[in-house]
Amino acid sequence: MEFLSYLINGLGLGSVYAIIALGYTMVYGIAKMLNFAHGDVIMIGAYVAFFALTNFGLPLIPAVLLSVIVCTVLGVTIERLAYKPLRQASSLSVLITAIGVSYFLQNGAQLLWSSATKVFPAVISNGSLNIGSLQISYLTLITICVCILVMAALTLFINRTSTGRAMRACSEDKGAAALMGINVNFIISVTFAIGSGLAAIASVLLCSTYPSVFPTLGAMPGIKAFTAAVFGGIGSIPGAFLGGLLLGVIEILAKAYISTQLSDAIVFAVLIVVLLIKPTGLLGRKLSEKV
Amino acid sequence: MLKVENLKVQYGMIEAIKGISFEVGDGEIVTLIGANGAGKTTTMHAISGLVKPASGSITLDGKELTRTAPHKIVEMGLAQVPEGRRVFAQQTVEENLALGAYTRKDKDAVARDLEEVYTLFPRLKERSAQTAGTLSGGEQQMLAMGRALMAKPSIVLMDEPSMGLSPLLVSEIFRIIEEINEKGTTVLLVEQNAKRALAIADRAYVLETGVITLAGTGEELANDERVRKAYLGG
Repeated sequence: MEFLSYLINGLGLGSVYAIIALGYTMVYGIAKMLNFAHGDVIMIGAYVAFFALTNFGLPLIPAVLLSVIVCTVLGVTIERLAYKPLRQASSLSVLITAIGVSYFLQNGAQLLWSSATKVFPAVISNGSLNIGSLQISYLTLITICVCILVMAALTLFINRTSTGRAMRACSEDKGAAALMGINVNFIISVTFAIGSGLAAIASVLLCSTYPSVFPTLGAMPGIKAFTAAVFGGIGSIPGAFLGGLLLGVIEILAKAYISTQLSDAIVFAVLIVVLLIKPTGLLGRKLSEKV
Repeated sequence: MLKVENLKVQYGMIEAIKGISFEVGDGEIVTLIGANGAGKTTTMHAISGLVKPASGSITLDGKELTRTAPHKIVEMGLAQVPEGRRVFAQQTVEENLALGAYTRKDKDAVARDLEEVYTLFPRLKERSAQTAGTLSGGEQQMLAMGRALMAKPSIVLMDEPSMGLSPLLVSEIFRIIEEINEKGTTVLLVEQNAKRALAIADRAYVLETGVITLAGTGEELANDERVRKAYLGG
């Protein structure tokens, strides 16, 4: 029973990682860049949701929607202003720029809202479902359900819509995609919009679990989710899902059975082992050379 | 319909295309022949908007293409079968064809054109649910051609469609190019297989290291002493 409850908590945490990892993996798949500012978009999402819930007194759903809208606009703006001018530049320049954007957002938040921690209100019921001696909090259940919904919606979008097909085409060959009449810049914007919107959803779930809002709040979940994306195979959407869930479960089990202090080290050790055995990650495709 | 004037393309300090001019008239098959590195693919990319020319002009029915985004050029009725096919390997044959029609909103007409492409390439219909990466080279070439036709272009650019194919398939591909042209699509064909290309072309140009050195009808060039020596093996 104890193990089952750890497992479910792990899946809850993993769901948050998975939703964030989708942002990393989609942007990598299409724009071929690591957007290290993604974690800080989560932070902005958390502040927006916080102010919407407390200062404006909005109910949960409108607050989440507002956060999603702000993050979507922010993500697309970051891409347009910071990354788009570097489309022809080396990937190192883009990486450094992403780190710059990350610091810009963190320091901007500190300037605007101070570095003092704000307490995120408990908006999602803190009750729990009891099955025999097994206790699962509603928050965990909601988090897992949201993750499954997001995953299902995204899979449908990618596979069934013409924009989704265009996204897959861009991830394979942007030049050929342009020859199909696909506006590659628009597809990149859509990718950033989706990733950033998901970051806002993740921020509310994250802050409901760990209710403190501060300017560097996105850094650690960002790194973890990035790890999850690499773990599952960066560029692969099911990979991000699987990687996120596994990472969450490993982290919680390591905390419960081995050591709280060592849990992060264990998570990264598992990543190293996986990458040694399968360098493309669990579900990653080998980049095929053109003949 | 397509007019290229004084086109120059530079990669850094290297001038790949040194001011070429040629045109393709409505309903023609025009071929651009030349050796490896002559600048054929660069010219194709410049027309489709994938590379920005340093100077010169490219017009389609009088409309300037050099300042137009690649996806807009497709909407204007110019499609390309790129060198090396570049099919979307992880998507199915049918999805690849649907991507060819990406800019079109007329669903019924797209469905009709899909049937037409399947009639032209029965092999593609047999393999419609297969991912493109699992097709043979010849089938991938057919898919790349079918995909370009799905845009319902008034002119289609074909970059080395016979590259790497068996002689039998090469004949098949050239037959289909003629058929596409007979059905009313203008063709600009880039080929290393000069003999075959000149045989089906109304007019032809010889491109040598970024400069057009000869021009004439397909027949004239096929009988030209210099062309015979350099490209037709004596």
